[in-house]
Amino acid sequence: MYEVIAFYVFAALTIGMFSIVVMSKNALYAMSALAGGMIFISGFFFILDADFLGVVQITVYSGAIMALYAFGMMFFDTTRDVSEKMRSKKIAYTLSIASAVLLVVIFCAPFFSQKIEALYPVIENVGNVQMIGLVLFTKYLVPFELAAIMLLVAMIAGIVLASKKMDGEWEAIEDLEDAKEGR
Amino acid sequence: MITLTHYLVLAGLLFAIGLVGVMKRTNLLMLFFSTEILLNAVNIGFVAVSKYYGDLSGQLFAFFIIAVAASEVAVGLGLLILWYKRNGTVDLNSLQIMKG
Amino acid sequence: MEKYLYIALFAPLASSLFVALFAARPKMLFTGIVASLLIGVSMIASFILLIDVNNYGPLHVTMMDWISAGNLSIPFGFVVDEVSVIMMVTVTLVSTIVHIYSIGYMDHDKSFNRFFSYLSAFVFSMMILVMSDNFVGLFIGWEGVGLCSWLLIGFWYHKHSASWAANEAFIMNRIADLGMLMGLFLIYWQLGSFQYDVVFANVKHLDPAIITTIGIFLFIGAMGKSAQFPLHTWLADAMEGPTPVSALIHAATMVTAGVYLVIRCGELYTLIPHVGFAIASLGAFVALFAASMALVNNDLKRIIAYSTLSQLGYMFVAAGLGAYWIALFHLMTHAFFKSLLFLGAGNVMHAMHDELNIKKMGGLYGSMKATAILMSIASVALAGIYPFAGFFSKDKILEVAFNEGAYFLWFALFIGAGLTAFYSFRLVMLVFFGEKEYKKQGLHPHEAQNFVIYALVPLGLLAIVAGFFEHAFHGFVTKLLRNYEIHIDHGVEAILIAATLGIAISGIAFAIYMYKRGGFPKSLEERACYKILSNQYFIPYAYERFIMKPFTALSHFFWVSIDTKIIDATVDLIARVFYKSGEKARKMQSGNLSDMLRWMVMGIVVLLIFAILYRPTV
Repeated sequence: MYEVIAFYVFAALTIGMFSIVVMSKNALYAMSALAGGMIFISGFFFILDADFLGVVQITVYSGAIMALYAFGMMFFDTTRDVSEKMRSKKIAYTLSIASAVLLVVIFCAPFFSQKIEALYPVIENVGNVQMIGLVLFTKYLVPFELAAIMLLVAMIAGIVLASKKMDGEWEAIEDLEDAKEGR
Repeated sequence: MITLTHYLVLAGLLFAIGLVGVMKRTNLLMLFFSTEILLNAVNIGFVAVSKYYGDLSGQLFAFFIIAVAASEVAVGLGLLILWYKRNGTVDLNSLQIMKG
Repeated sequence: MEKYLYIALFAPLASSLFVALFAARPKMLFTGIVASLLIGVSMIASFILLIDVNNYGPLHVTMMDWISAGNLSIPFGFVVDEVSVIMMVTVTLVSTIVHIYSIGYMDHDKSFNRFFSYLSAFVFSMMILVMSDNFVGLFIGWEGVGLCSWLLIGFWYHKHSASWAANEAFIMNRIADLGMLMGLFLIYWQLGSFQYDVVFANVKHLDPAIITTIGIFLFIGAMGKSAQFPLHTWLADAMEGPTPVSALIHAATMVTAGVYLVIRCGELYTLIPHVGFAIASLGAFVALFAASMALVNNDLKRIIAYSTLSQLGYMFVAAGLGAYWIALFHLMTHAFFKSLLFLGAGNVMHAMHDELNIKKMGGLYGSMKATAILMSIASVALAGIYPFAGFFSKDKILEVAFNEGAYFLWFALFIGAGLTAFYSFRLVMLVFFGEKEYKKQGLHPHEAQNFVIYALVPLGLLAIVAGFFEHAFHGFVTKLLRNYEIHIDHGVEAILIAATLGIAISGIAFAIYMYKRGGFPKSLEERACYKILSNQYFIPYAYERFIMKPFTALSHFFWVSIDTKIIDATVDLIARVFYKSGEKARKMQSGNLSDMLRWMVMGIVVLLIFAILYRPTV
């Protein structure tokens, strides 16, 4: 019973939050709503017995990623409303609603393959975190290490990109472009 | 009783909201937000499937998706800042070099 | 002994490839000498093999696998048995002489090297043809000689008539080759093998109707290569090629490949005597038909070409009636005296500066004694006068026809023998004796170089003495071929021989008598029968009128209304659709990220629709 209530509450909250993210004209509102939405999503994870992932969701998404966005936004002018010239919103809404309807139709239809063999079945009486650890460091060790390298590369890339001295290099590139256009 | 279908429909709806954002927004920062929504929608789907089939792979996929999202944000924001420094705007319509 | 087999086979190839290196260069004497030497080596190897086969029996080697796919297995196998060794000896002997002769004949030609390359390639193909131990190898050689024949007929390709004649020969042979291919497919389909020994061991178990079909199809191939009616027109036109080519390819070797095929498939044709009889009838018809055309022609080489045609007819009579060894014997003797005749004609042509009309020659004996004597020997041999080679082989063919009770065939051949004697001496008389017509054109004929004459002497000797090898030959080849005994009373036989000899001598005498007196009156040329003969029975006209013209019209129709209006239009339409749609779709690439994302979502929607419409049932 609690599960049902929790699901519907969280569902309403996430949909609402994400709608704000999509609709809001103010960047700060959008970001705050996104952070909230993320946290509510972690609620689903807890309901689904994925405790580890819920925690990761809160720390990584709501903590790290949103903090990154927040720092990023300090570079931009965030107090002003985001002015967006929209061309033909109709198409965007039609397509989105169409895809939503289609997805719902697909998911509501009876599944044809109920008998999926679990590759890494959940073991009874073992905590979720322990389970994740077991699988992650055995079967998924290589992807895990690759993900680590990817994060490292991304971090270095972020630092290098954000700390670039803009003036000199950009001028060089512009010179190149000018040369191409034959000016 | 909440079934897998409920979760999947919810994931689908969130994904559709993300799609609205992706198509509607022209501010690049907002576009990033929308992609985060898309990724999270997919994560819900994965974890739900993981739960209802009793298979941990779904959770691990969600885990890796979070890792990918984190690196995406790091690099994406770096590029965005670079673009802002150069053009003074993060509007999509300023990005038209690819026009053939 | 395998060593000699490979030498005999590959020396011509080596020669061809070596000379081909210099094909584009100006004349180099050594190419001709090297080619002649290598062909000579091949000849010596062939003679050694002849002795070896005589002493120890056939030699059968498999060099390597060639095609093996599924049940199909075709090795590069070669067999040197009594039949193929005779062919090898004949081919290499004539080839060697023709090569040496060509050094003199092609002396002033700027494509001297190329000529020798082609000629050696031809010898190689011919060796493959006769030595192969299976039908596919034979077919490869068959096509190889066809190709070389095409190259050599069209050797002076800048002359329109030469390239036309080359194409005519090639196309006619293609038509016939289709028949041969059908025969080969049928053999493989029915017997599952191409090997001669397997095929001939099993062919008798087949349904007679199928054997008949195979026999007919193979003979269609032989008809094309041996220029039998109705595919005979190419041989006369093939005289556009250089004369050594005519001597080697269109008299001695390639055109006899058809006869060789029939002899080789003797065991098959023995089972179907009715087809054999049809072959013999066609042969007799061609013998008479070609001889009649030779009577009135004024072109030196065409007369000899028609004579070749006629002699091939004789061979087919023998082969068709089952007297394979006699056919092979005539093939061999004919190769000697006919190539001699052609090579002599080449000397005459050179002396006359490529003039071919025998009416414009005459009296050349004075300036070309050696050639005149050699050509006279060849003509006597061709006419079949004792003791020259032609007498023995041709007379045997007549006896075979008589022995089989085919008196009608015998009579046709008998008349043919008279005609042969007449036209060959008409040629000799008009060219070497009588009025010196050439003086009107201010020509000063001269004899060919000495080594050319010496090269011809062996052929002259063989034309005289080859007939005396009859018994040895008979004993040798009937080890492999079916023996054929003639059972005619000695008295009747003597009468037959006397009659044949009589008609041949009277033909000669008539020719000498008439042309001594200055030939026939001009009024004869106005007669209808003369016109029919000199126009080759109007067959080339008929081919042009009833086959080529409608075919051209049909091709034109297909080109204009089907190709351009339907096929081209369809292709253009497809291109235009893509072009237009590309132009329309170009607008999609606006370079705007939002637009691209929209297209992407549209794609997702389309995929989702597919996912709904198409859900695989479990």
